[in-house]
Amino acid sequence: MLAERIIAALREIVSQKNVLSEPNQVKAYDCDAYVAEKSLPSAVVFPESTDQVARIVKLCNAESIPFLPRGAGTGLSGGATPRNGELVISLARMDKLLAVDFDNQRAVVQPGFVNLVLTKEIARRGFYYAPDPSSQSVCTIGGNLAENAGGSHCLKYGVTTNHVVAAKVVLASGEVVDFGNPFGDPVGYDVLGVIVGSEGTLGIATEITVKILKRPEAVKTVLAYFDHVDDASRTVSDIISSGIIPAAVEMMDKLVMQAVDKSRYHVGYPVDIEAALLVEVDGLSAGVEDTARRVVGICEKNQVRTVRTVKDDAERALWWSSRKMAFPAIGRISPDYLVQDGVIPRTKLTEVLRRIAQLSGEYGLRVANVFHAGDGNLHPLICYDARISGQREQAMKIGERILELCVDVGGSITGEHGVGMEKIEQMAYMFSATDLEAQRRLREVFNPRDLCNSGKLIPHPARCAEFRDTQTTAPQNLG
Amino acid sequence: MAYMTAETSVPSLSSMIADTPDADKYSVCVHCGFCLEVCPTYQELFDENQSPRGRVYLIKEVAEGRLSLDAAVIDPVYTCLDCRACETVCPSGVQVGALIEETRGQAHAAQLPHGVNDRLERLFLRHIFPYPVRLYAIGGLLKVYQRAGLRWLLRRLGLLRILPQHVQEMEAVLPAVKARPALQTLPPRMAAQGVRKATAALFTGCVMDVFFASINEATARVAVRNGLEVVVPKQQLCCGALQIHAGDRQQARELARQNVDAFLATGAEYVIVNAAGCGAALKEYPELFRDDPEYHSKAEEFSGRVRDISELLVEVGFEAPTGRVDHVITYHDACHLCHAQNIRDQPRRILRSIPGLKVVDMQDSERCCGGAGSYNLTHPQMAGQLLERKMDDVPEGVSAIAMGNPGCMLQIKVGAHRRHQDIDVLHTVELLDMAYAKEAR
Repeated sequence: MLAERIIAALREIVSQKNVLSEPNQVKAYDCDAYVAEKSLPSAVVFPESTDQVARIVKLCNAESIPFLPRGAGTGLSGGATPRNGELVISLARMDKLLAVDFDNQRAVVQPGFVNLVLTKEIARRGFYYAPDPSSQSVCTIGGNLAENAGGSHCLKYGVTTNHVVAAKVVLASGEVVDFGNPFGDPVGYDVLGVIVGSEGTLGIATEITVKILKRPEAVKTVLAYFDHVDDASRTVSDIISSGIIPAAVEMMDKLVMQAVDKSRYHVGYPVDIEAALLVEVDGLSAGVEDTARRVVGICEKNQVRTVRTVKDDAERALWWSSRKMAFPAIGRISPDYLVQDGVIPRTKLTEVLRRIAQLSGEYGLRVANVFHAGDGNLHPLICYDARISGQREQAMKIGERILELCVDVGGSITGEHGVGMEKIEQMAYMFSATDLEAQRRLREVFNPRDLCNSGKLIPHPARCAEFRDTQTTAPQNLG
Repeated sequence: MAYMTAETSVPSLSSMIADTPDADKYSVCVHCGFCLEVCPTYQELFDENQSPRGRVYLIKEVAEGRLSLDAAVIDPVYTCLDCRACETVCPSGVQVGALIEETRGQAHAAQLPHGVNDRLERLFLRHIFPYPVRLYAIGGLLKVYQRAGLRWLLRRLGLLRILPQHVQEMEAVLPAVKARPALQTLPPRMAAQGVRKATAALFTGCVMDVFFASINEATARVAVRNGLEVVVPKQQLCCGALQIHAGDRQQARELARQNVDAFLATGAEYVIVNAAGCGAALKEYPELFRDDPEYHSKAEEFSGRVRDISELLVEVGFEAPTGRVDHVITYHDACHLCHAQNIRDQPRRILRSIPGLKVVDMQDSERCCGGAGSYNLTHPQMAGQLLERKMDDVPEGVSAIAMGNPGCMLQIKVGAHRRHQDIDVLHTVELLDMAYAKEAR
């Protein structure tokens, strides 16, 4: 709990209605969409301008109050979850579209602006915003910037960092600075590149300039059902080695298909196939038909059971909803799940899936798999029931083993969900002490007092072991 | 300290009161947050507590004894519109509406204040709506009031100004009340026109029958015209939806028992209803009888027969009218039709079948108008904000807005009145009835 004096100072900055400070009012802010670990914030504050954010951060510095930024709370690695009784700075009310320049293909948004709303706002002129995380209907562009969010179509179009060109940032000290440049390459150090993906550990972006793209002239989507995962993964490799650059290549396994088919995003996958592949190609009308035919040919060469091209926009929307709603649809078959985010070289897919199946058997917990197959970004969904004692810990253990497996085959521990608190121990598995020390020194430049989202992304030296002690509803800030 | 951890939990309300929120319902939520952006109250307040995910989380924490059922929980639970937009998007299938209603039931049973004018609410929900005689007496008074020039006199004397603004506006847009409700004027049995396809028992409702008795009459005519024998069980009562929304589940159960008995006694294959809110409540009766096996199974049988009029017309087949109705119209999806009953296409098919009617799409037609039963009276500020957004979404140049719920009709009439817009607010079935009436005989 914050002292009454500090609550009063916050109210002074943002007005009475924009501060939540009673313990029962802040309960809903004890985690984001990563629910395995929770802890209460000291308060929640809702600024409405850059100036208010800067004043709040300065107050935190003056009073040594830990703080962290939060968007829609859809993050999957605990980036917005307090671990030190932080003051949560919710940017949800900073949700304005500040400017659109169609001719130069740029838009300026506040951090609380929702990803898909940008596309909706500019669609009438034939434009869209390319990064498309599955939570795009809800997640904010500020959150996307913090996590360097990806999405299904990032295979061809790149992740958030490839689309953010400038940002106004309130540093951890409260100073307001501009990084990047709406046009042209960065001049001086590419600090914006450091800020994007820094998971709220360096500062808080309050105005973000992004690229907007012209909708491709034509899109074709292909859905293929395979009896064997091996055939599906060989198909993915063959498509890419043939020189085709698909907009997206997504794979779902049997358990994921079962779960999502129980939801309202029902496609009706055959119950006895091992894998479904969703491939999208886009570009100029002239080439797209032909490319889609080549994709179908490659599927056929790899023992596909059935493969077909989408018949209309409604069907395309359904196929994509089915894929994008896959994570939460796991709720249909399991009360809780932990989603992992490892990256592997594409050619290791079959081997890694086999090892994941073994781990699943070993720990006695089901693991469903859905992934961006084109860039080797796996999302194993580990099913557990938090009400059964010990299952949550088991699920976290499998998660760690899977990430280590990804590193062992030459991959990495995160593709797009961020490290947050969830994967922080695996940072030491992936990087040497010297590597981490270099990153830590970089953080100290912007966040010298470590007040801003401490305990996320980069582990503190020799403190890894104690991280797991901060568990559900930590009582330290109950007042 | 109200907050407590699992280790120090005290006996929760759950163990003391019936209708506890069901663990099987809240454990389905995986906390993804995909519901936030469709929640009208979250869109206005941007507060996690005022989102479906936040509310379900609070309900779970209370049910499991880690949080007390105090104002920090009760305010979000009552600020919810119960519009179910979250249920439409939820990949995991969380029944947010049922959880909200059950938690309100607990708050109500524990007699916790919830910021609403409790005495006024109790008067209406306990002492007026359940009694047709009293309800229609109010209707009669309204009629006298409207006809006898009292309305003019009161307005002239400025007496209306003592009422809350929303009530004043509601008074201004009330349709001319009919002399008698359809429940009294309609014959108990009306033969089907042509070959009888089925028998349908008409549910007349309370708000619908007091304010819009003519829509009930239109519903009966349209059903008969399409081969349905229509019966009107005279023992029926208010559906109980408003009581459920307010948390008075005991009163709702009493109403539900009588309705179940009255309708099952007719032997009709269908129960037809033209009010979305009532339809959803009737279809969800089994939820009220979780602890009453006898009525649970009766309620299941009853609910299986309930159809919205647009749903039934499409199900049994309706005749496209040949009479013209010249209107440029837009359709508003009542929450309890689209989200609670998954009825979206049927009313649009009916509207598109009417010659002369041009149907223009409304942006975000599935977002709540703020009417939400009695929400516009209990939460006028939020209801007003949502009404503004709804009126902003009405396309330019339309002469009428169609919908399938009397609560929405009253609310949107207020919206048009506020903006001095000359737009008719009509029920889908009224338009079909008009088209049939204009056919050359």
